[in-house]
Amino acid sequence: MIRDITLGQYYQTESVLHGLDPRLKIIGTFLYIISLFLVRDIFGYAVAGIFLAVLIVLSHVPFKFMVRGLKGILVLLIFTGVVNVFLTPGEVLVSVWKFNITREGLKVGSRMVIRLVFLVIGSSLMTLTTTPNRLTDGLERVLKPLKRLKLPVHEMAMIMSIALGFIPILIEELDKIMKAQSARGADFESKKLSARIKSMVPILVPLFVSAFRRAGDLATAMEARCYHGGEGRTKLKPLRYRRADYIAYLVLILYFILIIAEGIIF
Amino acid sequence: MSVIADHLNYIYSAGTAYEHKALDDVSFKIEDGEYVALLGQTGSGKSTLAQHLNGLLKPSSGTVYVDGEDIFEKGYDLKALRGKIGLVFQYPEYQLFEEDVFTDVCFGPKNLGLERSEVELRAYEALKLVGLKDEAFFQSPFDLSGGEKRRVALAGVLAMKPEVLILDEPTAGLDPGGREWIFELIDRLRAEQGITVILISHSMDDVAEHADRLLVMNGGSLVMDGRPREVFSYYKELMQMGLDIPQVSRVMYLLRENGVNVSMDAITVKEALGEILRLF
Repeated sequence: MIRDITLGQYYQTESVLHGLDPRLKIIGTFLYIISLFLVRDIFGYAVAGIFLAVLIVLSHVPFKFMVRGLKGILVLLIFTGVVNVFLTPGEVLVSVWKFNITREGLKVGSRMVIRLVFLVIGSSLMTLTTTPNRLTDGLERVLKPLKRLKLPVHEMAMIMSIALGFIPILIEELDKIMKAQSARGADFESKKLSARIKSMVPILVPLFVSAFRRAGDLATAMEARCYHGGEGRTKLKPLRYRRADYIAYLVLILYFILIIAEGIIF
Repeated sequence: MSVIADHLNYIYSAGTAYEHKALDDVSFKIEDGEYVALLGQTGSGKSTLAQHLNGLLKPSSGTVYVDGEDIFEKGYDLKALRGKIGLVFQYPEYQLFEEDVFTDVCFGPKNLGLERSEVELRAYEALKLVGLKDEAFFQSPFDLSGGEKRRVALAGVLAMKPEVLILDEPTAGLDPGGREWIFELIDRLRAEQGITVILISHSMDDVAEHADRLLVMNGGSLVMDGRPREVFSYYKELMQMGLDIPQVSRVMYLLRENGVNVSMDAITVKEALGEILRLF
């Protein structure tokens, strides 16, 4: 019933991107997002777009998976586009009632939308090609310097990886509970809002109970294996950069220089 | 109430990398009052099949007929159907949600749109039927023991007075006493209400003793359909599918392998005893 959530979902396949180090992918995504805010004109967007297109092809992930992630922000996209098109002052092209569509508006609006689309696809590319475990591993390493500021980086990463790991489990559980209650004649498609809110109770109560039960079980299991936080803890699969990662870093730096250079020259 | 599965196909996550054919051209007919066991390894499609029979899952192709009516036809009352075909999921105690046991059991019949007095009467009868002690009726279901919770969850479905009862691994996680109790309950329901039972299981010992007919699933297909004795005569094929055969059949099989001329027809301890004594 509810299996179409892509954001934060991993797509299992073999590709160059899947094999890269998660630290690289996190830093890369971060840089890519920054680069999107540095570009000013159509050439810059073309460079960012081509870069993204090449990555998508390299990732071997079907394009429709990324488009699915966009569905979630469709309202935001439309809103951003419409507001910018109509409310940016400038040379008037078309007038609709009290609103003017301006040349500047079209420019700004389309840029904002493209920027958002690139941003979402770029970051879902990271989550689609990296398992949640590797992602949190990478995040823990990338954020390690913050430990100096007494930030519990390891614990935060652990919480995140557990939360991510539980998402599919809870979705499956939700699916099962919904079916079980449907089998007892529960109706989730009622038109009335009050009836619909009421129909959530038979789903949410068992879901919460089971989430707490699982959390308790997990805590016991972790304690039984002497988990005591990040102090002195080693990794089963430590992250190590390989040649492909260095090459990828080089490509990334080149891309970033290109974007900055493009901004200065044009 | 007859149930017909007509060339059912079901594909999970069609069009993605996770595409998986869970049901592959499954057809059968279950007559009124039958006691059928649905067998197969984990992942063979048993549960998926069960969820088609009361319209929880819609087949990719093919359909289900209940009393001659196509349940996936537009306008068919699926809610009423779910009252007639009760489905008890695996570990049903995890669906309990109300503040007290009695209200929880009322949930099913209330959804059928019955009058309040009828709803409460049915809930009471169902709780009595599963043998829950009276003091527990108004306790929180979360305070009960695992076995009691299972009884309450069963009562929740029985209170809808289904004509066909589908039980998905009802004995999973129960001790031998609890298992015995489930089979006694099924026998009583059949004797008193003439209910049709479809039991999903992978314990051959359980079904050999109780069911009249076995349906065996493997890799999404229905591979065997027959009386227990007939099905167990294909013990070699069953073992290849990763299914156990009843302990008794295994003993007879090993005896035969070692040159003792016993018949593979014996599937209960008593029959096996007679068969072995015959040789002396």
